[in-house]
Amino acid sequence: MAGGAAPGGSTASDTYARARHWLLMPSWAVLGVFVLAPVCVMVIYSFLTKEFRGGVIWDPTLAAYDQFFFDRGLFGDSDPKLQWTYITIFWRSIWQAGLATILSLLIGFPTAYYIATRPAKTRALWVFLITIPYWVNLLIRTVSMKFLLRDEGPLNDFLLNIGLITEPLQIINTNLAVQLGLFYSYLPFMVLPIYAAVERYNFSMSEAAADLYATKWTTLRRIVLPAVRPGVIAGCILVFVPSLGAFLAPDLLGGAKNFMIGSLIEEQFKGNAGNWPFGAAASMILLSMVLILLMIFAHQQRRAEASA
Amino acid sequence: MKLLTSSAMALALLANSAAAEGELVIYHWFEYMPAELLEKFEAETGIKVTMDTYDSNEAMLASLKAGGMGTYDVAVPGDYMVQIMAGEGLLDTIADGELTNKGNIASAWADPSFDPGRKHSIPYQWGSTSFSVNTEDYDGEINTTDLLFNPPEELSGKINMLDSQGEVMALAALHMGFPQCDTDRDRLSALNDMLQNAKTHWASFNSDTAKEVLVSGDVSVGMIYDGFSAKAREERASITYAFPTQGYVVWMDNVVLLKDAPNRDSAIKFMDFLLEPENIAAVSNYARYGLGVTGAEEFLDPDLATLPEANPPETAGAGAFIAVCDQATQAVYDQIWTNLKN
Repeated sequence: MAGGAAPGGSTASDTYARARHWLLMPSWAVLGVFVLAPVCVMVIYSFLTKEFRGGVIWDPTLAAYDQFFFDRGLFGDSDPKLQWTYITIFWRSIWQAGLATILSLLIGFPTAYYIATRPAKTRALWVFLITIPYWVNLLIRTVSMKFLLRDEGPLNDFLLNIGLITEPLQIINTNLAVQLGLFYSYLPFMVLPIYAAVERYNFSMSEAAADLYATKWTTLRRIVLPAVRPGVIAGCILVFVPSLGAFLAPDLLGGAKNFMIGSLIEEQFKGNAGNWPFGAAASMILLSMVLILLMIFAHQQRRAEASA
Repeated sequence: MKLLTSSAMALALLANSAAAEGELVIYHWFEYMPAELLEKFEAETGIKVTMDTYDSNEAMLASLKAGGMGTYDVAVPGDYMVQIMAGEGLLDTIADGELTNKGNIASAWADPSFDPGRKHSIPYQWGSTSFSVNTEDYDGEINTTDLLFNPPEELSGKINMLDSQGEVMALAALHMGFPQCDTDRDRLSALNDMLQNAKTHWASFNSDTAKEVLVSGDVSVGMIYDGFSAKAREERASITYAFPTQGYVVWMDNVVLLKDAPNRDSAIKFMDFLLEPENIAAVSNYARYGLGVTGAEEFLDPDLATLPEANPPETAGAGAFIAVCDQATQAVYDQIWTNLKN
């Protein structure tokens, strides 16, 4: 997350001071071409006029943002009301992404802790095992998930066979399926940073806490968690942000019935609507939201560090 | 799904592209063209073929407008999309006499309303869009659009719709008995309300897996193309294609010559190749759709002629092409569709 030299850090040797400029060039070029330029295009497109059947007309307008916030009825000429449609979609996405983050944290933290406390020799194997499913493309994994969850799929067959249920559970094409898909897709992004943080944690501090009669719970809360906090925050961001923009899970597992932000944006560019400025505007609003969120995180982080 | 298919194809094609006599880049629907046919074309002409796939006419148009022009030589849009693409200036004109086999086009398809005089396109396959019912799950009357838009209790939550605005809206208009590209406000509002209500009964929107969800039993009713349904029936005999009394959608896919085609000569050769009765019959045998050239009968699977999916019963309503609406009307249709997908 925090790349570059620490502010005021005189530890960075000056040996490479001159070369640093040049060594950073490739990164800047990549960021410029593949991040900054596309974002600029989207900013510009979001203020242009929609062309019929996709494309933009170079005529500046706020129509895309107007469409996002104001409802003018089926025929576009009623009195403007606050548009709840897109706010609902954003809220649904934030809710789903937030839930996926909490679930990943609940499962990911103990997993990471477990791996980090194994003998050094076997740790690499555990990390390796975590990454194996991710050798397969996300699309394939999401489709497989669909096969597992469907009414006549293995999960329902199993539950029916052991007599836990008498009717197949309706999971596929529900928000629950989307939630499971998101959680499953991004779980390792939670496990790996937390693992890295816990691995660096000096366990003699836990022993010291125990010596001072701290309970296990207090040790975890007051000693371990603050120490691995950066890993937890990194994990949460790495799960939350991509979940927010996911469109494979809602499309394939949710039945494409309830838009999430990602599918809403995808539809504007690829689907029937062909409304590029609106897609760009929705992307901008999403981007701003994520930025604000990250800034709040960063701010809190700084305050926590300052008070420590 | 489509990714799997297209990468498998790409691999297959890479394998035998040793001595390339030129290239051809095709933009095509998923699961539609038999790989052997492309191999045959490559063997006959020495042209190396690359194929990308899409899952809706609109997705294809969007991708072409977003910078795909100049990449592809030919695409395979449906009837109404040929008209739209010609209007957008995305199609090149095939000069008189350029296609040796143009005379093979059946007279019924030689001068269609969507491309008068076949200036930009040749017929590929045609068929219909309606829906199929798994008759194991439902034994009532199936030839009515009520099963999609006003289903009985037992089918609620067991319905898949195509994720395709044109086809869903056209079938919805037929269900209500309204004209397509309607401008009457009361009727449009009624259409919107009807769809909102119908959606509460739908399990999903999906085109790629329209066949698969029926075969697997995920849904009992699914919107589908006729040939795709015939293939579904081969895998699960109880899948029955419906010809609603209210009418159904008829379509024709066409191979078009794209403007700025990087390999225009190869594209013309490919179109001539597909106008050969034997070759286009191979597509029909694979995809289970009708074709638009004469003299192909001897190459066709005999059972194609009696396919229940291609032979509407007496009671069937009229088949209708999807209409191309003007901008103002389309805006309302888009709004109805957005309301529906929210």
